Amino acid sequence: MSTRNIMIVGVGGQGTLLTSRILGGLAKIKGFDVKLSEVHGMAQRGGSVVTFVRYGEEVAEPIVEEGCADVIIAFERLEALRYAHFLKKDGALIINDWRIDPMPVVIGAATYPENIIENLEKEYKVYRVNATEESKKLGNPRVFNLIVLGAAARHMEFTVEEWESVIKNTVPPKTIEINLKAFMTGYNL
Amino acid sequence: MTEIDKESFNIEERVLMLGNAAIARGAYEAGVKVSAAYPGTPSTEISENLVQYKDSLYCEWSPNEKVAAEVAIGASIAGVRAMASMKHVGFNVAADPVYTVSYMGVNGGLVFVVADDPGLYSSQNEQDTRMVAKAAKLPVLEPSDSAEAKDFMIEAFKISEEFDRPVVVRTTTRLAHSQGYVTLGKRTRPEDKPYKRNPAKNVMMPGNAKGRHEEIERQNDLLAKVADDLSINKVVYRDNKIGVITSGIPYQYVREALPNASTLKLGLVNPLPMGLIKEFASKVETLYVVEELDPLIEEQVRALGIKVTGKEIFSRLGEYSANMIRKGILGEEPDMRKAASVPQRPPILCPGCPHRSVYSVLKRLKIHAAGDIGCYTLGAVAPLEVVDTTICMGSGISSLHGMEKAKGREYIKDWVAVIGDSTFLHTGVNSLMNMVYNKATGTVIVLDNSTTGMTGQQEHAATGKTLQEEETVAIDLANLCHVLGVSFVREVNSFDLKTLEDTVKEAQAFEGISVIITKSPCVLLSKERKPRYYDIPENCKKCGMCLKPGCPAMTKRTDGTVAIDITMCTGCGLCYDLCKFGAIALKKEEN
Repeated sequence: MSTRNIMIVGVGGQGTLLTSRILGGLAKIKGFDVKLSEVHGMAQRGGSVVTFVRYGEEVAEPIVEEGCADVIIAFERLEALRYAHFLKKDGALIINDWRIDPMPVVIGAATYPENIIENLEKEYKVYRVNATEESKKLGNPRVFNLIVLGAAARHMEFTVEEWESVIKNTVPPKTIEINLKAFMTGYNL
Repeated sequence: MTEIDKESFNIEERVLMLGNAAIARGAYEAGVKVSAAYPGTPSTEISENLVQYKDSLYCEWSPNEKVAAEVAIGASIAGVRAMASMKHVGFNVAADPVYTVSYMGVNGGLVFVVADDPGLYSSQNEQDTRMVAKAAKLPVLEPSDSAEAKDFMIEAFKISEEFDRPVVVRTTTRLAHSQGYVTLGKRTRPEDKPYKRNPAKNVMMPGNAKGRHEEIERQNDLLAKVADDLSINKVVYRDNKIGVITSGIPYQYVREALPNASTLKLGLVNPLPMGLIKEFASKVETLYVVEELDPLIEEQVRALGIKVTGKEIFSRLGEYSANMIRKGILGEEPDMRKAASVPQRPPILCPGCPHRSVYSVLKRLKIHAAGDIGCYTLGAVAPLEVVDTTICMGSGISSLHGMEKAKGREYIKDWVAVIGDSTFLHTGVNSLMNMVYNKATGTVIVLDNSTTGMTGQQEHAATGKTLQEEETVAIDLANLCHVLGVSFVREVNSFDLKTLEDTVKEAQAFEGISVIITKSPCVLLSKERKPRYYDIPENCKKCGMCLKPGCPAMTKRTDGTVAIDITMCTGCGLCYDLCKFGAIALKKEEN
């Protein structure tokens, strides 16, 4: 198998770290070599964040290069647009249909682009998820990231059982049930 | 954040580990007994992971890197393996003891772990620690993944004791914050070295230091001689058309971009294995050096008279990538679509951050701030734009003092210095001491959020808790300022806008030094969920007062009224206090 390149992009505080660690755990139980690259420090404070997960027979670098991503999981529309060019020509882009204004937009120094998803669909294989809305239905807006991950799981080679066992081992014990529910919600969308 | 519980480890088990966790594991396996550090991205998680081994070793947060280095030096003199970890700019703070302990050498093994930040993810500069360590004549090891991060720690202690040298283990953000497999080993228990009084080695007065300088040059030469045979320097011949000398994370980019190239991967980057380099260069057709930041290796290879390509095709700035190497060496462009042009998303103060509240008052009073290092540096950007300067830890207070001495009291009447509680204890106290001593006028605001915020909420000397989670004396910042001789010291709740404004005005009018300590815990510390606020659009007069502090939970609707995102609101009440028209209200029930 050639190395698989996954990216999780979003806004600092949205839970990209947790998501990448679940993916790392999956690669491990399948016996793959795996490397993860994370963002800590200042950028976590509401900035644009990207984490990389690479797995396969033998992985050298821990980052995904531009034009090389198999899957990008985007927790926010503008961040999907920012990193879309990292995708391979046939890569999949899973987008949470949600908007968080960056400060330059809030203060009127920049404009939030219109029709991001529609425009990305012209060039990329895009899968839109209303995860933030769905998570409100589940009664916990914070688990939207597991809903997006569930939707992305359909484009990856792991079984539902494998996903479930790794999620159980990665999320805080008290939140296992709601996270599994969120994952399956996304998976069945 | 002890993510991996010690008890759950099985020896020989392969676990996924963050580079920094692997460094901590390496220290544990090497038998380290004392570790000291000050938090700094990307080095912080080393200590946060070390603390899980606290039954076997002692680790602490020190108030700054100089103190941390000296604690480690003392432990080494006493005969145990010891370390200090810090970020690259922290190594500057530690430079004084570091340059001299280089002359002294070690008793128990001594390692400084220093984390560089190419690409400036969370730093004020992009300096190359290899250059600093070379100037200090210290051996430098550079791992390239988590497995090596652990192994090189063990190797570093061996070299330290065998060659009587303190050793630097240099990492970068990409290594520190990447995860990869590590195979766990047992903790070794090297015997403590006996302490013998030895002033010629341990008292660095001129006569002794002269002798030690001779000695350490000899020791470094010895290390350079054996460097060719060290197993951490690895030559692999593949195709002989392209040969690359590299080290650290760039080695991984080289393997990815040029799988057929021959490589000389350096584990020891100071001193360099010159014999190995000459031999490698003679066996490949075209020689490249691939190293991030400064041309440390390249310049020394060139000095051997060897033809080599490096910085003429690669940058001295930022991080490298496999694509960059493919382009530079093979002339290949990646097959990709064009990047979209999108608005930037810079980091911002969190919703509910007490710094925002203080800055909103300073902004209203049109005050300039000599800033410092911490989350509150973000007060420099729009819409707050209160912070005018930021240099390094502790510099706000002393640079304000310099401005006053240059231009007089009137000139700085609309200036203050702002500094966080952890940064104040790091190197701010001595700057305040200087203001007192040299009869300054000026206002210092200590933004006390009861933690080291930016690096992820670490304890410090005024929080009452140690790294090992023990209760301790909490240094009282107000008393500390009093004792230094400051008569005007006030403590104000960061969210009490009225009192804060009055106090700042009073302080500005005061002839002498005034210190205001604004108090409210970092919003990320508090686990308690406060009642949140919601907007009442029909009352909104679209005046924009509530938007001025730039809270990310607040946006303007297309009709100009203000909307609060209740999933982001933390209930700090700043917008509520700013609204004069009752368009913001407290949500009653909260689960």
